[in-house]
Amino acid sequence: MAQLSCQGVSLGYDGKEILHDLSFTVNEGDYLCIVGENGSGKSTLMKTILGLHSPMKGKIVTGDGLKQTEIGYLPQQTVVQKDFPASVREIVLSGCQARCGLRPFYNAEEKQLAAEAMEKMNITHLAKRCYRELSGGQQQRVLLARALCATRKVLLLDEPVSGLDPKVTVEMYRLIHELNVRDGITVIMISHDIAAAMRYATHILHIGKTVFFGTKLEYMDSDIGRGFTDEEGGEE
Amino acid sequence: MAAMFEKLAAYFEFSFVQYALITGVLIALCSSLLGVTLVLKRFSFIGDGLSHVAFGAMAVAAVVGLTNEMLLVMPITILCAVLLLRTGQNTKIKGDASVAMISVGALAIGYLLMNLFSSSSNLSGDVCSTLFGSTSILTLSKTEVWMCVILSVIVVAVFVLFYNKIFCVTFDESFSKATGTKAGLYNLLIAIIIAVIIVLAMNLVGSLLISALVIFPALSAMRVFKSFKSVTLCAAIMSVCCSALGIIISILAGTPVGSTIVAVDIVAFAGFSLTGAILGGIKK
Repeated sequence: MAQLSCQGVSLGYDGKEILHDLSFTVNEGDYLCIVGENGSGKSTLMKTILGLHSPMKGKIVTGDGLKQTEIGYLPQQTVVQKDFPASVREIVLSGCQARCGLRPFYNAEEKQLAAEAMEKMNITHLAKRCYRELSGGQQQRVLLARALCATRKVLLLDEPVSGLDPKVTVEMYRLIHELNVRDGITVIMISHDIAAAMRYATHILHIGKTVFFGTKLEYMDSDIGRGFTDEEGGEE
Repeated sequence: MAAMFEKLAAYFEFSFVQYALITGVLIALCSSLLGVTLVLKRFSFIGDGLSHVAFGAMAVAAVVGLTNEMLLVMPITILCAVLLLRTGQNTKIKGDASVAMISVGALAIGYLLMNLFSSSSNLSGDVCSTLFGSTSILTLSKTEVWMCVILSVIVVAVFVLFYNKIFCVTFDESFSKATGTKAGLYNLLIAIIIAVIIVLAMNLVGSLLISALVIFPALSAMRVFKSFKSVTLCAAIMSVCCSALGIIISILAGTPVGSTIVAVDIVAFAGFSLTGAILGGIKK
């Protein structure tokens, strides 16, 4: 049973269909990159996987003991967050919120979890700093640590490197790769960066006018993959 | 100076002065707690909007001839708060526009109704005291004070119990929703609490100045403090001090209560901004 399978899903807004009859599966330990042009429905797909948006047709099923709420999510930053007065520790800890249920405060176990997540992301020394004073790369690591508090299984990343400089971008990809390989966390990532997708991903989902789903090697051999990688100047 | 304290001591003999101080401080505390969330959610003006709704509802209650206005005012305000905060995220009319629309609309209808059906001879006086809360805080009855105390305790308790959840929902609604926190439910909770606070606060500063009680403490605290907890605590403490000071000054100087409190808030805001700037300067 796959961790996540998308069965004949159609997506759209206000009765207008963007994506038609999409099917794919994600297994434990996969690194799936979702690529496609702007407006092809990548973000809508992501929201649907998270259960924030319901599909027009078809369904998304989780398996392997994964609940839909156990998907860690790294959203694109919102305007509100840019000047939010909160310490790094408060934000990382808030990733444990769903574990609390109705219990009003965090317990020792959750605090420990947050500390470990911060350790993993190398932000322990920033714990008391204010979020809005951090650099873009540091902020992304804080949000990634928060996502790690919410999951041990699947991470969903929405363009994690947009707006970061090249050096920090490489660093960010390395962190994500490490989580995937060392901790066995399944990664699903939306990306514009086809070169990075080709380097790290195990599977590619290309959506747009034509849809492709398969392993990286299959993608490189397909017409659509060749067209896209050449066009974008992919390095492989 | 001694004369001033004597005068103050003499005033505090009166129960209505004590009542005013108690209610004032409690209302300031409650409104500042949620102020931080509202400012961050870009809903600074909801205080204004809802208080105008409450004003409109009050006018309707007066026209219908209800003896206990609260029965009508509270549900209507809560309903509007829920609608405003719920539709704030994903609708054709965006948050600020819908707040502005409801606010101005309710104000106009309220005044219109009062004008058409009012039996009072001093209409502009009535309207003015509802808008600026001129003396109503000094004419509170014991029941009203108790009601205020009970509601404040409930508001503070709810805020403390749901503090972490409110933080989550404020910081990142989609994340909390995706990881299984019932964000919609907590938004509803926030909306209800806000409506309750606003109806309470109308007695104190009147409907035009309520936003000040909500915004100033939060903005001032955000100038200086860095974490959500310290900002919230600072806002609460500052708000309580300012309103107590404002009430005392207004008693001594005979100024209107609501506007005096807001004036004190403005001074405090300036002070905090300066402190923030100096602290920031030192760091750089």
